[in-house]
Amino acid sequence: MSKTLKKPEAKAKVEKLANEAVQSRQAAVIREILSANWALTLFAVLASFLVGGVLIASSNEGVQTSAAYLFARPGDFLLAIWNAVFGAYDALFRGSIFNYQATGFAGMIRPITETLAFATPITMAGLGLAVAFRSGLFNIGGTGQILFGAMFAGWVGINLDLPFGVHFIVALLAGILGGALFGALVGFLKATTGANEVIVTIMFNYIAGLLLRYLLKTPLLQAPNSIEPISPAIKETAKYWKFLGVDFRLHAGFFLMLAAVFFVWWLLNRSSIGFQFRALGHNPSAAKTAGINIGLMYVLVMAISGGLAGLAGTSQIMGTERFLTPNVAGSFGFDAITVALLGRSNPWGVLAAGILFGGLRAGAVTMQANQHVPVDIVFVVQSMIVLFIAAPPLVRAIFRLPAPKEATK
Amino acid sequence: MKLELKGITKRFGSLVANDNVSLVAEAGQIHCLLGENGAGKSTLMNVLYGLYQAEAGEILLDDKVVKFAGPGDAMAAGIGMVHQHFMLIPVFTVAENVMLGHEPTRFGGVLDMASARKKVKEVSDRFGFDVDPDALVEDLPVGVQQRVEIIKALIGDAKVLVFDEPTAVLTPAETDELMTIMKQLRDAGTAIVFITHKLREVQAVADKITVIRLGKVVGEADPKATANELASMMVGRAVDLDVEKTPAKPGAANFVIKGLSAWNHAGNQVLNDINLEVHASEILVIAGVQGNGQTELTEAIIGMHGKAEGSIMLEGHELLGKSVKHVLDQGVGFVPEDRTEDGLVGEFTIAENLMLDRSDRKPFAKGISLQLGYLRKFAEEKLKQFDIRAQGIDSKASQLSGGNQQKVVLARELSRELRLLVASQPTRGLDVGSIEFVHEQIVATRDKGIPVLIVATELDEATQLGDRIAVMYRGKIVGVVPSSTPREILGQMMAGITTGEAA
Repeated sequence: MSKTLKKPEAKAKVEKLANEAVQSRQAAVIREILSANWALTLFAVLASFLVGGVLIASSNEGVQTSAAYLFARPGDFLLAIWNAVFGAYDALFRGSIFNYQATGFAGMIRPITETLAFATPITMAGLGLAVAFRSGLFNIGGTGQILFGAMFAGWVGINLDLPFGVHFIVALLAGILGGALFGALVGFLKATTGANEVIVTIMFNYIAGLLLRYLLKTPLLQAPNSIEPISPAIKETAKYWKFLGVDFRLHAGFFLMLAAVFFVWWLLNRSSIGFQFRALGHNPSAAKTAGINIGLMYVLVMAISGGLAGLAGTSQIMGTERFLTPNVAGSFGFDAITVALLGRSNPWGVLAAGILFGGLRAGAVTMQANQHVPVDIVFVVQSMIVLFIAAPPLVRAIFRLPAPKEATK
Repeated sequence: MKLELKGITKRFGSLVANDNVSLVAEAGQIHCLLGENGAGKSTLMNVLYGLYQAEAGEILLDDKVVKFAGPGDAMAAGIGMVHQHFMLIPVFTVAENVMLGHEPTRFGGVLDMASARKKVKEVSDRFGFDVDPDALVEDLPVGVQQRVEIIKALIGDAKVLVFDEPTAVLTPAETDELMTIMKQLRDAGTAIVFITHKLREVQAVADKITVIRLGKVVGEADPKATANELASMMVGRAVDLDVEKTPAKPGAANFVIKGLSAWNHAGNQVLNDINLEVHASEILVIAGVQGNGQTELTEAIIGMHGKAEGSIMLEGHELLGKSVKHVLDQGVGFVPEDRTEDGLVGEFTIAENLMLDRSDRKPFAKGISLQLGYLRKFAEEKLKQFDIRAQGIDSKASQLSGGNQQKVVLARELSRELRLLVASQPTRGLDVGSIEFVHEQIVATRDKGIPVLIVATELDEATQLGDRIAVMYRGKIVGVVPSSTPREILGQMMAGITTGEAA
């Protein structure tokens, strides 16, 4: 008997594993992320801030200078690190939650309102993606759906003349409809042709983005007398109410966002449609065998998912931006994916994650202005969060958390 | 070679899968490891094969303690395993499969196919396996594929061979051939461990029987013991394996399949001109070896099969070409073959699973708003009525035992107004107690005047449960016969031989 006999078994095993992996990698990744426990999520966020801290320190001039004479005066080096990291995160706090250095009450609370203003579209779109994830569909098309929502709402807001109130509602519904239609199209393609929604939504992001660029060069959306790809401002009657006054960016879409959180919770946990969505997400074969119309569900899931992203689009165009530009969606479409995953596709979790990301966005500006820490650090932290959540053993190793119990067979 | 397991204990969390299990397999002996599904047989063999590490106990080969870190070590020590699911590459030839991983090479790394072929031929001839080294594995019948697995183990010089539920995929005839092979191997001095829960097979080949229940060895049984005695030992209480039912009083032919043909995605015909009638108050069993079109037949009935033609009439109403929802709404109860895959959503609670097919209508929903209060009441009631053993209605389906999972499926399907019940292998993988319960429920359904169609792959179940038996082979109905037809004839029919008995 030779040792080489180990190989066939190993080969067969590798083969089997590879097969299974290809089939269910996507589903498994989603499941893994969604099933991470809250403690792990918290630690993932913490770990990301640690990594962010390392980056801030290593790119800091004071730290670099003191590193040159590290062995002569290590105290300098450590102090420089502390100053850099503390300074940066202190600025982040002042920019996102409460500015204790500001003069006047408005200045002090402005950061938190900024955070909520950013959190509004991120959470709305995040909720949309959460609905899709819970139904087993990996919707990457947040960006495209936000853009369609913004385009529809924008067109109504710019071109129609309607009474106060009515105009707002029509524009709002148009935005939701725009996102819903663009999303439903993905569901329709999946249901009828079996197209993979990941590929389709990624491609649809390009289509939506380039379509908007094109339309912004045509009389349909471009501002008259402009050579830039920018639309006229939407009319006052179609705007969200700035309930804190025009000096603040936070608008009434925030309350709509909270309503959406409740709606998604109700939809997923208390409605028969949501029940079928979840059945589809957990076990499509059982759902099919139980008579659930899978194709129709794909269309419905994507319509609701896209509709919520479209709502995020209205928050942009009717709330904070006022003009349609090629960048009207910002990076919110992709932030929404992270937020939905971080919130484990639970509506309340998505809300918490959305506010965290809003805070990071709001604080990043102050961080750059005060401490010269590039805004990009925040993007790194955001990305690291997903990475850590997707790789639980990594987080467990860093924080020496106990491994989960061996699964029973 | 003598294999000895001493005091093996293996835990998964709080569950003790093997509790101080000991057994000795001697050379030239067939040692049956008999136990219900979930009794810990497979865990024990995975410990032996190095896939799991035991918490306590040791493995001895010829009285020497050995330790296996993985299957490779176990194989190197002379232990071979024939798995229930084959580890073969379908597009490779027999010789290529057998040599995979330890390919003989000539100078310069050139494959020496000739020597591989010769080795396969040699082993095959020695035991009369009749396996062509150049045949593609995918072209071979399942029984022959299994022999390729055995050859793989023998070429690795296995002195101890473990067969893990090897007959699940075989026809009765192939099973008999396997028994003969096992006896030959035994006579050649190989120690054989034969894991099974099928009493008939144990009685046919065992030299020694160890019965294992809930992870513990409950004792050794006499190979001459009766089936009822073995079953009682396996379950831990007196059992009667016979299905209690009165003779059928068939009514009108309510369910009629005419000229049903179906094709799979690749365009191959999987159902060929099926004609069947099921009467009210009658159980018709579709018998046959797995993979002869039974799955496709039930799929066609339930509305899930793509391309099909012919007609499926329930009380004069056409079902073919209709959606699953429509078929279920017509009063068709369906117990799928694979309950974890098609019958239940594992992540859902028992209650949620009970309304899986009716979540969008009264009384479970008002408009699109779920009536969770009603659901709880309904679930509590079904939990009692169907004796579902769980902590409560909020337990996840995936945490239940197979028997309790099947009870959830049955509870759901039988609580609708039924006009037809279709159940595919309803007792597959269940413990004896649950099998009794499922059989009772099916017979009770029949006695309510409902036509019942059962797919069975085990002859015992077919003859005991069925009022009539339709045998299926390669997508065709070979014949429909009374359930009193002798086993030998049914066995022949399952291999596709039409006899004079076939009506």
